[in-house]
Amino acid sequence: MTLNDMLKQSSEWLKGTGPSADIVMSSRTRLARNIDKVPFSNWANKQQLEDILVRVAEAALSVGFLKNSLFFRLKDISEVDRLFLVERHLMSPEHAKDVEFKGLIVDPKEIVSIMINEEDHLRIQVLQSGMNLRECWRIIDEIDTALSKKLPYAYSAKWGYLTACPTNAGTGLRGSVMIHMPALVFAGQIGKILQAIAKLGLNIRGLYGEGTEATGNIFQISNQASMGMTEDEMVDNIERIVNQAISREEATRKNIILKNKEALVDRVSRAYGTLKSAHIISSTETITLISAIRLGVDLGIVKNLDRTMVNELFILTQPAHLQKLEGKMLSSGERDVKRADLIREKLK
Amino acid sequence: MLCDACGKKEATVHLTEIINDKITKLHICEECAKAKGAEMEEHFGLSDLLAGLSDLGSGVETELVGTTKCLTCGFTYNDFKKMGRLGCSECYEAFKKQLGPLLKRIHGVGHHVGKVPLTVGKTVKETRTIQDLKMQLEKAIQAEEFEEAARLRDKVRELESKHKGGGSGE
Repeated sequence: MTLNDMLKQSSEWLKGTGPSADIVMSSRTRLARNIDKVPFSNWANKQQLEDILVRVAEAALSVGFLKNSLFFRLKDISEVDRLFLVERHLMSPEHAKDVEFKGLIVDPKEIVSIMINEEDHLRIQVLQSGMNLRECWRIIDEIDTALSKKLPYAYSAKWGYLTACPTNAGTGLRGSVMIHMPALVFAGQIGKILQAIAKLGLNIRGLYGEGTEATGNIFQISNQASMGMTEDEMVDNIERIVNQAISREEATRKNIILKNKEALVDRVSRAYGTLKSAHIISSTETITLISAIRLGVDLGIVKNLDRTMVNELFILTQPAHLQKLEGKMLSSGERDVKRADLIREKLK
Repeated sequence: MLCDACGKKEATVHLTEIINDKITKLHICEECAKAKGAEMEEHFGLSDLLAGLSDLGSGVETELVGTTKCLTCGFTYNDFKKMGRLGCSECYEAFKKQLGPLLKRIHGVGHHVGKVPLTVGKTVKETRTIQDLKMQLEKAIQAEEFEEAARLRDKVRELESKHKGGGSGE
């Protein structure tokens, strides 16, 4: 498989399946790991960085789950390709900068990826569709255990897994959930929810944009502390709080249908109309309108579209995806035209 | 007064900047102020916050702490305060006096209770078991389950005496 083959397939986490997939788009776990006594990636010299890259890649590609994975050095792929991988959530935006000794491993289904020489020697990530954090943890735990047989991890009895930044030490685990809460935003309730979640020690932020102004009503909820609880407890804690948010969103959706159905149908239909007929459209407007369509699909207002296709549109309409589909660099103005073309084609 | 930056809108924000002892006064509009604010926020990153959290006092002691060096990678505590990142895994041991309280402040709890890698030495595993038992002991005492507490205490004692015979802690 190559990067271009990826463009033709839909990532596993976009399938729109799994528990509560109408509200939770995807779940993710990531583990920060380092090799014992070797300087962390931002303090290592060139030779050490090269050694880390080779050692980790060799170890990872021999793990059963990752045998057929893609491995590349980021300096060998184009800037658009790097951005493409960021847009597909396979690596962080930071990983796309200063790429000389950086590497990435991705399994063919895009469930597992490993960033090599990001802030830590290894950043292992597992993505799943829907509310599936426990499954993400199960998979990543298995891969991590297999890797630990090949790489001597930096670990202390007192502080657990040692990481470049003390904020990740302990378990090295960050669990996060991408959650679509348009009804709570529509009803003006989202501020309260954000506050409550923050008070419970979790992070919540807009996936696109910041705070309550989250474009597309998509939020990311994740744990803040990585030490002092077992991994199972952390996953449990996030799941429990996210489930609360899910039930609030569900209740608000029902309430809107009961009391304000016309306004809702109007908003969804206008969004659909605009997307079907626009010839120039920005990425921000697209995300806002697709959010409305997704709600429409979830509530049966839009009947001829499925959730996978709507999820895909979020990703396909982003800059690097458009440029890869087109096979060349595009200016922002050209992208707005191509984006509109693509959406009209998909919604035909 | 018009905005110093864009020259178009009314200046409503008044800033005093001191760079290298030179004082500059800026009168800018709200929009330009927002842009400037974003710029300032970018400069104020995680490393600044961590540095703030990890400052233990002032004077000679701080200076000494700052020059403490990790013997494995040569990283100093001052480097950590500047970058907000450590040099290598051994830095945790080298700066443990400073990092201990810092980790507790960041995470609320200052020790790990999760996964133990398969390959770590026996001593690490034993230390962890003892730590876990001590936590359970504390919980048992709080819950006034004294029989359970006594059982756990004996277990901790037994393991600790064995452990001491077996080698160093971490």
